[in-house]
Amino acid sequence: MELRKSYFADQRKDDLHEIGQPRPRSDSPGHVTGKTAYFADRNFPGMLHLKMVRSPYHHARIRSIDTSEAQMHPGVVKILTAKDVPHNVYTILILIQIGPEDETVLADGKVRWKGEAVVAVLAETERAAQEATAKVKVDYEVLPAVFDMEEALKPGAPVVNEYHGRNYYLYDSGECRKVRFGDVEAGFAGADHVLEQTYQSSPIEHAPTETTGCIVAPEGNDRFTCYTNTQAMFFTLDNASIILQMPGNRLHFVGGTVGGGFGGKVDVIVEPIAILGAKLTGRPVSFIYSREEEMQISSPRAAEKVVIKDGAMKDGRIVARKVTGYTDAGAYSRHSPYGAQKGAGHYPGPYTIPNVWIDTYCVYTNRTPSSAMRGFGVTIGDFALEVQMDKLARLIGMDPLEFRFINAYRDGDMKAHRQPTEGAALIECMQEASRAANWPVAEKFMAMSSYAKGA
Amino acid sequence: MAKIPVQFTLNGAEKAEFIDSGTTLLHALRDKIGDTSPKGGCHQGTCGACSVIIDGELRLSCLTLAETCNGAAITTTSGLSQGGVLHPLQRAFLDAFATQCGFCTPGMIMAAKVLLDHTPDPSRDEVVEALSGNICRCTGYEPIIQAVLTAARSNSQNAA
Repeated sequence: MELRKSYFADQRKDDLHEIGQPRPRSDSPGHVTGKTAYFADRNFPGMLHLKMVRSPYHHARIRSIDTSEAQMHPGVVKILTAKDVPHNVYTILILIQIGPEDETVLADGKVRWKGEAVVAVLAETERAAQEATAKVKVDYEVLPAVFDMEEALKPGAPVVNEYHGRNYYLYDSGECRKVRFGDVEAGFAGADHVLEQTYQSSPIEHAPTETTGCIVAPEGNDRFTCYTNTQAMFFTLDNASIILQMPGNRLHFVGGTVGGGFGGKVDVIVEPIAILGAKLTGRPVSFIYSREEEMQISSPRAAEKVVIKDGAMKDGRIVARKVTGYTDAGAYSRHSPYGAQKGAGHYPGPYTIPNVWIDTYCVYTNRTPSSAMRGFGVTIGDFALEVQMDKLARLIGMDPLEFRFINAYRDGDMKAHRQPTEGAALIECMQEASRAANWPVAEKFMAMSSYAKGA
Repeated sequence: MAKIPVQFTLNGAEKAEFIDSGTTLLHALRDKIGDTSPKGGCHQGTCGACSVIIDGELRLSCLTLAETCNGAAITTTSGLSQGGVLHPLQRAFLDAFATQCGFCTPGMIMAAKVLLDHTPDPSRDEVVEALSGNICRCTGYEPIIQAVLTAARSNSQNAA
């Protein structure tokens, strides 16, 4: 790999002699010898297995739960319902003041998505636990469900989540996260070309080879050690502390080795209920998702819908951009209000546009709760934006790469959400890409710089 | 429930266990014998993370009943390095950055070993075919393919 040190030479004090040099990964010797210890690579005497009874309906009221027959099943040790969970209604981001608490550890009176956890069964073997889940009788009254974001936002749509009382997340800015910069309508009025397009994506499952799970061991000193593959150790520790109403110093979390996560293991789902099971039985508890649960139950990347309207001049300058983004949170917030907010800041893309209007909605539907996945809130937006950029270039009749040079943000430019651009380096990246891809652009673009204005 | 005795060699060492009928080899290896190098990724024979070698053949330990392995010679990735020296495949995986999260790695190495045992100088297509039962979600496969080809070359150089 060639390292060009000519770029930003005056800004650099380092030598960067590590970059471009191969260095062995510290974890590889463990991986190739099978010695790396994942959370499930341990076994405790007397360990119980936890299996969930899950909602077969997208939206339903729970009339009653009868666990008596399941309780009699050979090997069953303990059955947990909502009333057993000290603080059953939680939300992950309450730790950074993003509320309200809107999700139940175990369903209480209602289920809001197909697959929602209703009753936890702890048994001597995985098989006994699985068999007993089939003997738990839940009487449901099926409710109308809503699966489409725009349907969910219409007046009269079924309310998915009563803790919000409406089918969108209420930001301090109102029903959506808003960015206003310049006068977007004046921009469209003066534009030579206006292009409005709609882009949509489906939920995407991370599908790590190691499924989500944890093993909890009660210790002699009244503490609980939780071996977990969470990607969010302290979020999980603190939320477990809240849910269990147990001081954090009684919870010892061991992790850091994750068999693939990609953002899918940042939610706090398996640990609190497994710790509760260990507390109430005094025995180690293993709660590991089956492959089916990993695919159907764990949070996917949110489905998104992005409507982009751009105004551009014949010379290639984008003069106005209006974006309405919808993020399908599913039935609960998890990390989606944050994802939708990230999108609002991101939607102008790495381009300097004088007139910008952005609304991003975090919408609740009766679908599987979505959450984090590699650049969530931004990745689908980038797909939409860059397809839009290619379409605009074609409409104007310009080379798509030159079109991006014209609009690229540069150091000192004010972004629509009022953060000045620094360390952009987009021009330099595109210059390298132009050379590497053998996609030549006019000499004036190759002479541009991210921090010396004027080409 | 009456337990069933099983006896086999694991990486050359004699092992004997009493198991419940229906116990998978994966479960027996991991939870009874304590060799956790085979991983359970799907428990339905689709991901390949549990791959082991039984009497020279690549097998999915999550779909193999332990009670059918009486008298077998079983090899797992934990048994490949000898005296602290890595097997050429292990060395190549390490050098080629063919691991990321590492969860699929033991199964990948098993599949690659069976390929090289039968086909010491495989084509790229043969490597791809041999690894086609093993899912990796991190690397995009290319470094793994390169590692297997590198290991094959280093084997043939050692033999020459």
